[in-house]
Amino acid sequence: MTSKLKKYVTTGRVKEMGSTIENNKVNPITALQPGIRAPDFSLSATPDQKISLSEFRGQPVVLVFYPADWSPVCSDQLTLYNELKPEFSELKAQVIGISVDGVWCHLAFSKDRKLQIPLLADFEPKGAVARKYGVYREKDGESERALFVIDEAGIIRWSYVSPVGINPGADGILKALESMTES
Amino acid sequence: MDESIKLTEPVSVRDHVEGPADAPLTLVEYGDYQCPFCGAAYPVIKRLQKKLGKKLRFVFRNFPVTQAHPYALIAAETAEAAALQGKFWEMHDLLYEEQTHLKPDIILVWVKRIGLDLEKFANDIKQSAVTNRIKEDRQSGIRSGVNGTPTFYINETRYNGPPDYQSLLETLESELVQDVPYRH
Repeated sequence: MTSKLKKYVTTGRVKEMGSTIENNKVNPITALQPGIRAPDFSLSATPDQKISLSEFRGQPVVLVFYPADWSPVCSDQLTLYNELKPEFSELKAQVIGISVDGVWCHLAFSKDRKLQIPLLADFEPKGAVARKYGVYREKDGESERALFVIDEAGIIRWSYVSPVGINPGADGILKALESMTES
Repeated sequence: MDESIKLTEPVSVRDHVEGPADAPLTLVEYGDYQCPFCGAAYPVIKRLQKKLGKKLRFVFRNFPVTQAHPYALIAAETAEAAALQGKFWEMHDLLYEEQTHLKPDIILVWVKRIGLDLEKFANDIKQSAVTNRIKEDRQSGIRSGVNGTPTFYINETRYNGPPDYQSLLETLESELVQDVPYRH
């Protein structure tokens, strides 16, 4: 998937043209927006343990919806957030990953990438939680690459849907968390 | 259209730079010495440098993904300590060329190979100048939206395309097309 940006100067204005992003069926309007209470959910994190969003009331939560485990890069989105655990801990934020993969897949993936972030299985009904958050890609049967920052009271304070082929990084999340601590 | 993500820390005198300061193209890489994708990018960058010559300025900054790559940090420290003896690029290149052999035991072999003063190296690698340098790069990377390794910035804008030679070259060359006179 490529994003090619060509800038040309025309009649005194910089005009961006020719940007083609394949598969950019991003529909940020359906993703839940800031100000809305984050829908509660309860999903399996391991074969015998479920995690609910409401357990984390009292601290900020970062929900990381992602399409699938086993993306072929060693420093993908989850590995990056895992690396930034010190930064998230300092902001008292709990990072949680969610995809439609089942618990055994998550377990193997987590072990392989040495992840300390809980990965939740939005497995049955498939994509139900992603749908609640407005980030399920019906055509592909996977969730969008979407981020939600939720405050201590359970309200969404920031959300972002990334084009599926682009890892959104952590700067947006950190800015959102920091602005929450300031206010 | 994806909004463009910008480098928060412009290239400055603190950076490791190859190529002329006034080159029209600047390619910044945030890299991890143990990451195989950065290893694959290394010859690509060499080719780009050969092709673009004086038009390209290349900058390397550290982003060791330490949880995934246990030797990434020691490698980064090694290169930064080599920098204190004026041999950053020699060590950077050696680390990537020999990436498959990277492990703590091999470091001193490589230090000797590029002719560094061993005692000074052993002392420097423990200094805060080295560790702080890596921390600063990591912070500027996080703020600049580094989303994996390698992450490239072309003229301060994060590059989101594939890391192969052709794609990078096309995007770099497209930056040369823009004429400056009527820039807003």
